[in-house]
Amino acid sequence: MYAFDFVRPKSLNEAVEALQPEEAMALGGGQTLIPTLKQRLASPSKLVSLKGVEEIRGICRDDQGRVCIGGGTTHAEVAAGVPEYPALAALAANIGDPAVRNRGTIGGSLANNDPSACYPAAALASGATIVTNTREIAADDYFEGMFMTALEEGEIITEVRFPVPQAANYQKFEQPASRFALVGVFVAKFEDGVRVAVTGASEEGVFRWTEAEEALSSNFSPDAVQGLSVPAEGMIGDLHGSPEYRAHLVGVMTRRAVAAAG
Amino acid sequence: MPKDHGIGAASKRREDVRFLTGTGNYTDDINLPRQLYVHFLRSDIAHGEIRHIDTSTAEGMPGVKRVFTGKDFEGVGGLPCGWQVTDRHGAPMQEPAHPVIAQGKVRHVGEILAAVVADSRERARDAAEAIEFDIAELPAVVDMKAALASDAPKVHEDLTSNLCYDWGFVEDNRDKVDEAIRTAAHVTTLELVNNRLVANPMEPRVAVGDYHRATDESTLYTTSQNPHVIRLLMGAFVLGIPEHKLRVVAPDVGGGFGSKIFHYAEEAFVTFAARQLGRPVKWTSTRSEAFMSDAHGRDHVTKIELALDADHNFTAIRTETHANMGAYLSTFAPSVPTWLHGTLMAGNYRTPAIYVNVKAVFTNTVPVDAYRGAGRPEATYQLERVIDKAARELGVDPVELRRKNFVTEFPYATPVAVEYDTGDYNATMDKLAEIADFAGFEARRKESEARGKLRGLGVNCYIEACGIAPSNLVGQLGARAGLYDAATVRVNATGSISVMVGAHSHGQGHETSFPQVIAEMLGIDESQVDIVHGDTSKIPFGMGTYGSRSIAVCGSAMVRATEKVIAKAKKIAAHLLEASEADIELKDGQFTVAGTDKSVAWGDVTLAAYVPHNYPLEDIEPGLEETAFYDPANFTFPAGAYACEVEVDPETGKVTIERFAAADDFGNVINPMIVDGQVHGGLAQGIGQALLENCAYDANGQLVSASYMDYAMPRADDVPFYAVDHSCQTPCTHNPLGVKGCGEAGAIGSPPSVVNAVIDALHSGGHKVAHIDMPLTPSRVWAAMQG
Ligand SMILES: Cc1cc2nc3c(=O)[nH]c(=O)nc-3n(C[C@H](O)[C@H](O)[C@H](O)COP(=O)(O)OP(=O)(O)OC[C@H]3O[C@@H](n4cnc5c(N)ncnc54)[C@H](O)[C@@H]3O)c2cc1C
Repeated sequence: MYAFDFVRPKSLNEAVEALQPEEAMALGGGQTLIPTLKQRLASPSKLVSLKGVEEIRGICRDDQGRVCIGGGTTHAEVAAGVPEYPALAALAANIGDPAVRNRGTIGGSLANNDPSACYPAAALASGATIVTNTREIAADDYFEGMFMTALEEGEIITEVRFPVPQAANYQKFEQPASRFALVGVFVAKFEDGVRVAVTGASEEGVFRWTEAEEALSSNFSPDAVQGLSVPAEGMIGDLHGSPEYRAHLVGVMTRRAVAAAG
Repeated sequence: MPKDHGIGAASKRREDVRFLTGTGNYTDDINLPRQLYVHFLRSDIAHGEIRHIDTSTAEGMPGVKRVFTGKDFEGVGGLPCGWQVTDRHGAPMQEPAHPVIAQGKVRHVGEILAAVVADSRERARDAAEAIEFDIAELPAVVDMKAALASDAPKVHEDLTSNLCYDWGFVEDNRDKVDEAIRTAAHVTTLELVNNRLVANPMEPRVAVGDYHRATDESTLYTTSQNPHVIRLLMGAFVLGIPEHKLRVVAPDVGGGFGSKIFHYAEEAFVTFAARQLGRPVKWTSTRSEAFMSDAHGRDHVTKIELALDADHNFTAIRTETHANMGAYLSTFAPSVPTWLHGTLMAGNYRTPAIYVNVKAVFTNTVPVDAYRGAGRPEATYQLERVIDKAARELGVDPVELRRKNFVTEFPYATPVAVEYDTGDYNATMDKLAEIADFAGFEARRKESEARGKLRGLGVNCYIEACGIAPSNLVGQLGARAGLYDAATVRVNATGSISVMVGAHSHGQGHETSFPQVIAEMLGIDESQVDIVHGDTSKIPFGMGTYGSRSIAVCGSAMVRATEKVIAKAKKIAAHLLEASEADIELKDGQFTVAGTDKSVAWGDVTLAAYVPHNYPLEDIEPGLEETAFYDPANFTFPAGAYACEVEVDPETGKVTIERFAAADDFGNVINPMIVDGQVHGGLAQGIGQALLENCAYDANGQLVSASYMDYAMPRADDVPFYAVDHSCQTPCTHNPLGVKGCGEAGAIGSPPSVVNAVIDALHSGGHKVAHIDMPLTPSRVWAAMQG
């Protein structure tokens, strides 16, 4: 690691203030950022820990019935704290290992937007709203490609609001080494239609599979997507799977998610 | 009743008390006063000419003591290779220089370009980033067959090509084998890859060099499986330090699996730098460095042909293997694809004619050397895969085809130069059928199919040559060292015993199992015996631990030394009991005059040896301490039969191991619980190789799988609960304990049965897949199913 200053503000305002200098970075659970620092792949002048900012931690319901999760809430807290949204709880419960889940946060995961991460699929399929210290961003406008988001420099995710679907499920096919998603599909059925978000597969990061959404919106059953497939072009190809394989898994995981959502 | 003491007892591992309570003493726990730290600047280019290195800025940075480059090592010896292979035409292998720090060229990603010594790790690293260098990139040689093309770039300019050697074994069999294959009723051919692996011990390598100017003594603390070998190699060949001025200490070591046998550049560097700077110098490898600097394992590409007659008797085997050496010859690299591989090609079978050809090739990759099993897994894999393929082609039961060809009479001289002393391959296969429940397989397959899964059963046998090794034999084969071992049994005045052994325990549990042997021989409690290992200033000159040799070779030395102790103790007892030495019997820690009730306790005799007031000083010396060296007469030949049952998800290609059974013949067993543990660990690594692990390079020589994000290690939930059995015991005929060794069996014996099982599962689903190369990842299995 390179040397850096470390501050631990107690309030959101102090955190926003502390993040003003260009070289400052927010520190959530550190599960992505700390390994990056250890490899000297980032050199912030200052780390602003969000751990002490109580107001961005915790889970509640708003008057529209949405599950609202503070940006500093850990994966373990989500796994145990959203009984009304079991698919989301199950997703959080299967991220990494206990150490990762006890430190890593939803805000950190969404800010990082790793193309193989799980939360982006949940946020996009749920039509969640990402709330920051300055604004509210619809999930559809938030993800801008691998590791790219609509966040501005120094902007902090304070809350993520998830509309609760009638039925939902996340199917994660694990990359054998990292156990991130080689392909992960989140299917969420709402009164006004079905949303399907795919992570791990595309070179553009998380995406909605609209063809499947349309088919499922009229017939929410695995059969409805039986014949559908995404093109291999644009899918990630690496040591763990070709673009063709990933494209194939998108279909398999979508059918399984629909079957499991019931 | 199972024994609760001595040989055969499942004594609890005493070393685990310190390992499990965080009180072990690993090399990284060693911190010396005034210690400095080194950071190695490693090449991120696979192949290039070093045009220019400028360390001046780095040298001026805070805390920096000195920056070393290849120039500083021009007068220093290179890292030696401990084995010379002679090729088919009688010429010695091509042996390139192996500098401690790159000189002139870099030849693999991870090679040391420069070393910064500073007063902290971070400062050393900061300064390393300030080193300016200019490397002219050259085309990298990665693929072995491409490396042998006449116009391929050369890894080493001073060699005639990238071919290290072209080895034929047994060269005289060549025509006979060709003829047998030409005239065979059936020939099965298989081309396969034995995937490159990274050993990944839990503890990365660490080295601390220390030097005392007043006494001119150097000490190296290092994560080694064989401290005496390191002292000899580094002292004599690299740094020119005589043995009496060099001490090598390998304290608690957190796993090695072969990768800590070898003498590495970092060890020589810290020892050298400590002498130059007059201060201790420490290096602790990061996991990232381990991936690109620990010797890798396996990496063979093979074509094997198996010839059978009309009655399905094996008549000949012919193999051609390309074995990757990497960019330099690691300590024992040349022996792995040759003497540890070709000699095992007969397997458990009577095949009258065998010819093995191995082309060892230099590439711009990390050096490859022994990894758990070393050569024997590669032999077992190709043989047991080709037999399975033959059975499928011939439409016969793969187990019956094996049984039909088993060696059943011992001793058996193979056509590949070794003689199996004993074994009973039908017995282990019978045991396997029982513990793997072959009979219930069809029902389990139906049950899997009802859930939409394909189920397969794969079986294989294995044999290994362990107890490495008879020195005169390995000398003829090119070893530049003997492979005996040594033990000193020091009986203390009150009867407790310290045993100094040449073997090194880095997970094997020697501190528990070795005392069981002495306790059995003397009839005293195990707790009275302690094992001392890992420090050249304390232990006799022994060759360390690898090749499943510790109990078979070093344990035998310990038995011989203990026999000498007993002989002398009987003389003392005879004197104390005023009886004839010939009448003295030792039982349960008591010396008795045969046929009488006159006796004297073990502790009385040992006290007399050290307080010789009433003692036969005219006949024998006081004290009770004996040393023995033991050089085995032959290898030992553990063997067994393994079975794997898998489920394949036909939609995704994902393989899960549902059952795994191992029936081993290790000869006599000292501690069955430790043996179970050794087999379990080996199986996990074998399953890792078969399904998960893959050390991959791209065409430019960049290591693609350079962290755990891409290199898949087996985890607890990747492996099933194993059924292991070692009740089939044909004791080794030539060592005093009748033991054969068990450390590598699991890793040698498991990959073929996993692959055989997957192929079987795919066939049951109508996919006529002949072979899939390891690791059988979901994507590879799925691709194979697509045809
Ligand atoms: C072994 C291991 C396994 C893992 N497995 C999985 C997996 O299976 N699936 C998966 O999805 N993830 C996985 N992860 C990643 C894990 O979920 C991380 O917790 C997550 O990606 C980052 O969250 P964090 O709170 O640790 O963020 P940090 O590492 O602290 O920060 C990451 C980035 O987000 C920024 N940031 C942090 N918090 C905020 C905020 N509130 N607002 C704005 N920016 C912020 C930081 O500045 C930094 O740029 C794994 C990680 C590890 C180490």
